[in-house]
Amino acid sequence: MGSATKAQSEQKATRDGFGEGLLELGRTRPDVVVLTGDLGDSTRANWFQKEFPERFFEMGIAEQDMMGAAAGLALSGKIPFVCSFGVFATGRAWEQIRTSICNMNLNVKIGGTHCGISVGADGTTNEALEDISTMRAQVNMTVLVPCDSIEAKKATLAAAETPGPVYLRLGRSPSSILTKGKDPFVVGKANLLREGKDVALFACGLMVDRSLRAAALLEKEGIRARVVNMHTVKPVDREAIVAACRDTGAIVTAEEHTIVGGFGSAVAEVVVEEHPVPMARIGILDRIGESGEPEELFKAFRLTAEDIAQAARHVIKKKRK
Amino acid sequence: MSPKADIQALKKKAKEIRRDDLTMIAKAGSGHPGGSLSMVEILTTLFYGGVLRHDPKNPEWDKRDRLVLSKGHGCPALYVVLAHRGYFPRDLLWTLRKLGSPLQGHPQRGLLPGIEISSGSLGQGLSIAGGMALAAKLDKQTHRIYCIIGDGESDEGQIWEAAMTAAKYALDNFCAILDANGVQQNGPVSEIKNLEPLPEKWRSFGWHPIELNGHRFEELLAAFEKAKSVKGKPAILIARTVKGKGVSFMEGQSSWHGKAPKPEELERALQEIEAGNIG
Repeated sequence: MGSATKAQSEQKATRDGFGEGLLELGRTRPDVVVLTGDLGDSTRANWFQKEFPERFFEMGIAEQDMMGAAAGLALSGKIPFVCSFGVFATGRAWEQIRTSICNMNLNVKIGGTHCGISVGADGTTNEALEDISTMRAQVNMTVLVPCDSIEAKKATLAAAETPGPVYLRLGRSPSSILTKGKDPFVVGKANLLREGKDVALFACGLMVDRSLRAAALLEKEGIRARVVNMHTVKPVDREAIVAACRDTGAIVTAEEHTIVGGFGSAVAEVVVEEHPVPMARIGILDRIGESGEPEELFKAFRLTAEDIAQAARHVIKKKRK
Repeated sequence: MSPKADIQALKKKAKEIRRDDLTMIAKAGSGHPGGSLSMVEILTTLFYGGVLRHDPKNPEWDKRDRLVLSKGHGCPALYVVLAHRGYFPRDLLWTLRKLGSPLQGHPQRGLLPGIEISSGSLGQGLSIAGGMALAAKLDKQTHRIYCIIGDGESDEGQIWEAAMTAAKYALDNFCAILDANGVQQNGPVSEIKNLEPLPEKWRSFGWHPIELNGHRFEELLAAFEKAKSVKGKPAILIARTVKGKGVSFMEGQSSWHGKAPKPEELERALQEIEAGNIG
């Protein structure tokens, strides 16, 4: 079981963990190169740039060419990390990722920051809300959604060691530190954060924090909720999902992302195929984002701990029928 | 061998390539004759004119020059040249577009030696080639990167993004070849979306353009030689070509962009190719 079961006060953005990971990779792996499209500061790629300017490429605001160049670098034995906002990296260049990268199973790593509504004030055009759906549809792609900055650094290091294309979903705003450096991070292997037999809460990214808080709310009502941190959305940990269906009989998923084809859908695919049980998905309900403070937005989009707890009560009720 | 004799040999090879190109498309029942015939002399010069440093017996040799075919629909001609150069048996040509064949309708890396990238979605190869050129510079390697693009393909904005990147990084190990055959799928390039003046466009994007007749071996050989000597910027051969070159009823016709000749059309075409004197 993971060491953290309650949210702590320390806050740090997952993009910062990504920047630290890149820097460490720069020091340990001479084959790692970094590309960005005029977003070196926002994505923290400029931390790498300062120390390794010769391995850093400023590609201008041209994501399609940036993906292609990364493919060419990968074909030449490099491990390129492409850094941009999630929406531009995965949306603007989706077909370049498909044809120039995933088709050839190239070793390109894509760091998409500013994902989810926690972007905050910048508003909807800058928020990636569909990137999990679109990236997990890409053949050969591994999709990682770290829950805090410590896990983001581990995910970045793991991406370099994972053959083939990897997408890292990262956030802009400071968020709670939930894990510790010694906690395991194995691609494709979910981390159990809290044991429980009444319902299982599966979450990725910033919704892990909210799911832990939902479990605490439910505990006061005598409901024991299992909380699972699914840092890897693809390949999804089927065993962890089937075990939760068997042990708890009710599933809730939580993602800061559209419910159309995203993380909840990935879990649902396994649930319906392997062990159908009542299930509910918390996520963004097929709508665009908007500006505001991150916490205000979590409330406005019904992505709070209470929303997750409510969904848990609902699936438990269905189970008992 | 005198230069004149060289050119005779190149002309003869180009004829063989045209013949196999059309024969394989006819056998497949579909494919792209127009845009493969227009680049036959370009490919012949690269592979038989001493331009490319390569080794068919060691297709993944890390010091090889890379040839990236961005206009992937032209692949039949590339398949033929690779087969003739010994990358794989020529008999494989007759499996084009068939289930299980390594000769896919558009090139797929990993199935066939000599295919550097998967392509067929236009506008992407120039960026990949640029990334290869960046990597070669970073590693202080001396191999060169060649990339064939189409003029219709240049409607894609990504071509111009890639052009700016290569200029920014002063990729003088990078040589693009624009197969400017003037015709795209649904009509003349000038009507679909005019791209002229091409040499001026490329010059203003920071490249060294060399305009030439893309069917004349003397001009192609000289242009590739010149491109190698350009320092501090990438070079591009603006090769003025004819779509469907060598077959009178295909030349300049957008209707022959993507259809296979019927048996009687193939017979006529092969006779014309045999009687022709291109180069």
